Amino acid sequence: MTKLDAKIPEGPLHNKWSFYKSNCNLVSPANKKKFDIIVVGTGLAGASAAASLGELGYNVKAFCYQDSPRRAHSIAAQGGINAAKNYQNDGDSVYRLFYDTIKGGDYRAREGNVYRLAEVSNSIIDQCVAQGIPFARDYGGLLDNRSFGGAQVSRTFYARGQTGQQLLLGAYSSLSRQVAKGTVKLYPRQEMLNLVVADGKARGIITRNLITGEIEKHSAHAVILATGGYGNVFFLSTNAMGSNTSAIWQAYKKGAFFGNPCFTQIHPTCIPVHGEQQSKLTLMSESLRNDGRIWVPKNKEDADKLKNKTITANSIKEEDRDYYLERRYPAFGNLVPRDVASRAAKERCDAGFGVNNTGLAVYLDFENSLKKLGKHVIEERYGNLFQMYEKIVDVNPYENPMMIYPAVHYTMGGLWVDYNLMTTIPGCFSMGECNFSDHGANRLGASALMQGLADGYFVLPYTLGEYLSKELKTPKLSTDNNSFVESEKEVKTRIEKLMSIKGKHTVDHFHKLLGKIMWENCGMGRNEAGLVKGIELIKELKKEFWKDVKITGETTEFNTELEKADRLANYFELGELMMTDALNRKESCGGHFREEYQTQEGEALRDDENFTHVAAWEFSGEDKTAILNKENLEFKDIDLKQRNYK
Amino acid sequence: MNLTLKIWRQKNAKTKGKFVTYKIKNVSEDSSFLEMLDQLNEQLISENQDSVAFDKCPVAFDHDCREGICGMCGLYINGRPHGPDLGITTCQLHMRKFKDGDTIVIEPWRAKPFPLIKDLVVDRSSFDKIIQAGGFVSINTGSAQDANAILISKKNADLSMDAAACIGCGACVATCKNASAMLFVAAKVSQFALLPQGKVEAVERVKNMISTMDELGFGNCTNTYACEVECPKLISVTNIARLNREFIHAKVIAEKERQISGGF
Repeated sequence: MTKLDAKIPEGPLHNKWSFYKSNCNLVSPANKKKFDIIVVGTGLAGASAAASLGELGYNVKAFCYQDSPRRAHSIAAQGGINAAKNYQNDGDSVYRLFYDTIKGGDYRAREGNVYRLAEVSNSIIDQCVAQGIPFARDYGGLLDNRSFGGAQVSRTFYARGQTGQQLLLGAYSSLSRQVAKGTVKLYPRQEMLNLVVADGKARGIITRNLITGEIEKHSAHAVILATGGYGNVFFLSTNAMGSNTSAIWQAYKKGAFFGNPCFTQIHPTCIPVHGEQQSKLTLMSESLRNDGRIWVPKNKEDADKLKNKTITANSIKEEDRDYYLERRYPAFGNLVPRDVASRAAKERCDAGFGVNNTGLAVYLDFENSLKKLGKHVIEERYGNLFQMYEKIVDVNPYENPMMIYPAVHYTMGGLWVDYNLMTTIPGCFSMGECNFSDHGANRLGASALMQGLADGYFVLPYTLGEYLSKELKTPKLSTDNNSFVESEKEVKTRIEKLMSIKGKHTVDHFHKLLGKIMWENCGMGRNEAGLVKGIELIKELKKEFWKDVKITGETTEFNTELEKADRLANYFELGELMMTDALNRKESCGGHFREEYQTQEGEALRDDENFTHVAAWEFSGEDKTAILNKENLEFKDIDLKQRNYK
Repeated sequence: MNLTLKIWRQKNAKTKGKFVTYKIKNVSEDSSFLEMLDQLNEQLISENQDSVAFDKCPVAFDHDCREGICGMCGLYINGRPHGPDLGITTCQLHMRKFKDGDTIVIEPWRAKPFPLIKDLVVDRSSFDKIIQAGGFVSINTGSAQDANAILISKKNADLSMDAAACIGCGACVATCKNASAMLFVAAKVSQFALLPQGKVEAVERVKNMISTMDELGFGNCTNTYACEVECPKLISVTNIARLNREFIHAKVIAEKERQISGGF
């Protein structure tokens, strides 16, 4: 087992980051110009990093698979971004944000990283306001806040239901400014298909030009991966259609360890599945739980009548409604963390109290708030979400309660990184959702935006300098170098192999089957038998895929089927690793719920003695079982407790 | 429902395109428009007998978030950007807006500054270039003051947010008979014009963005307001009025400065 060094600075928790910043090595302005940096992904983490590094004077190349950096899926984040400003005078502090995040993550995140995250959160808000992001304000002209799950303070800043959009466009604006200045060059419609490692260091990437199909080689002194989550392994998720794991998966196969792959967040409030043709799921922001109450009928007969559509939700009397979150968790009520809310919904639906024709939905009801606050207030707070719901479901949520059900939303797992955000491959960094570091086994609402921007604006610009300060004598690497040629060959071989199969079934056919296996065996509830079976099923399906997939068109053209097939090939391998990790973690924590390990009340039961660690998986060869490495998590400032939201 | 689709097919920018007719059966009313195209593509792949002919291969179209916010999707459906519904993107259009037996005509955005890439996919990087010309506040990371040190009236913050909601899809350009990008530029200029943070660079911003827009080949605004009707985020043309005001103001300032600096 490799010994993993997280490189957390010495000293008390609240001094670690300032100590690091005061003592880390720097790169002089003249030398920064000599360094080429590749940033893959232009979401909050990637765009903010590329812009900040450009400002510092590095030569930055920014890649994204979309047609513009502004499309990255951070744009779809609705609810808000957390910061410990304590503008509301309700008792918030950096320590409390840190504490809530560690607790929300069920004590499976690293103290040092999370404290730093909470510490820089305030600077993010300052930065974003200065960029001209139109956050919501109160009548005095000051910034407004709302509440989110897992916290008892109001610390979430928001821009209607489009906070992610506004923050991303802010980062995109800063990035665009650097593009105009010539410090950043954009490479849109390019997908990273391999990482180039030379002399043990990350030195470049291989990409496919998605318009021409050409395979390109790009060299640099460091490669920063900010490619988001891998929730699409489940086929149906709230991720964008193009969101994929390819970049981090190829980095994994080149030696970057993969941390806690099984930690998946199932978001409690999504629009339920409509049928077989469904291509993705739509989230309804967690912020709705501020004013909406979640319920199902108390009586099964009512649930059955609702399924048959013989009665409507509005006809069920108040006393016949079971506000099960308020009942089970009186202290946090509808604002319990996401994993808890999702499991509670599943529990009610499994017990036969679910609604909708499928029985797989619960109500999110605004009746009380509409009466108390008036329609105009609800409209102002959630207008765009209500409109979105009505367009998709064709039901007016001002008159009828929304129907929601949990869906795959976020992946806490990702590439293992140290305090510098560097993977186990020197020079290869990982930021935002595609690393594992800050959210433990469950992410709190409004913390993903915080992490993406913290990493990109305020962490990486320092830690990258620390790495590059030792690379001053490393010359640029020609793309004719053998390591580039080899990596390019790997990609070309894989593509040719895929194209030559000429089987019978489409890529989506296989992807849907994989998604079903993942959802059934590695979803909201997991158990040993299911996981063992799941791994076998994936192996079989993977074989089938490599024998029988049908990809039309040519390699040297715009070919979305080929893009999807290559992504799916990686998902098979990742899915297997997720299940292996889930099988190995014999405890329940956060979003990882092993049915064998639960309290009498059905809450997650951790095993701190044996599992207070990060599972960092190491690639050991094609079709071989990955090697498990452990980073023990030390909690010096927080006592490990059973999470209690009652 | 069963439908007839007339879809614009074009292998790449260099070759000629044409309408190709396809029949599709058993489309669910609850499917989104893009899910219907997914279904068509699955059908085309299944029927494909090892042909690389572009009209036998799946239809290429841009899409990503499929929840109406990334701005990547954009189809011209029955003569209207994003189809027959109001205030939505193509991915939010649902098949219940159509009837069994309908014929649906699907085209790409057609505008000179949006050159075609393949089938229904166009290149909108000209929008990026407009933003690069001035759609930002020049502030480097780390140099900001406390967020609440800047007071902004709720009214202006709300109006700014109305404008900032633009998703850069290009429907405004596609629907405009002049292929004008005025609503797109107006949205970004207005967002900053309404906020104190945007004041410092207001003059340069509006001049640079407008001149870049002109250079890229976007047409002039002749006040037909089609852009407002088709905008999936319902961005109002009053933003264009504000853009014009900002532009005239910038011109007056520039003229004054020229006079002061000894011009003639």
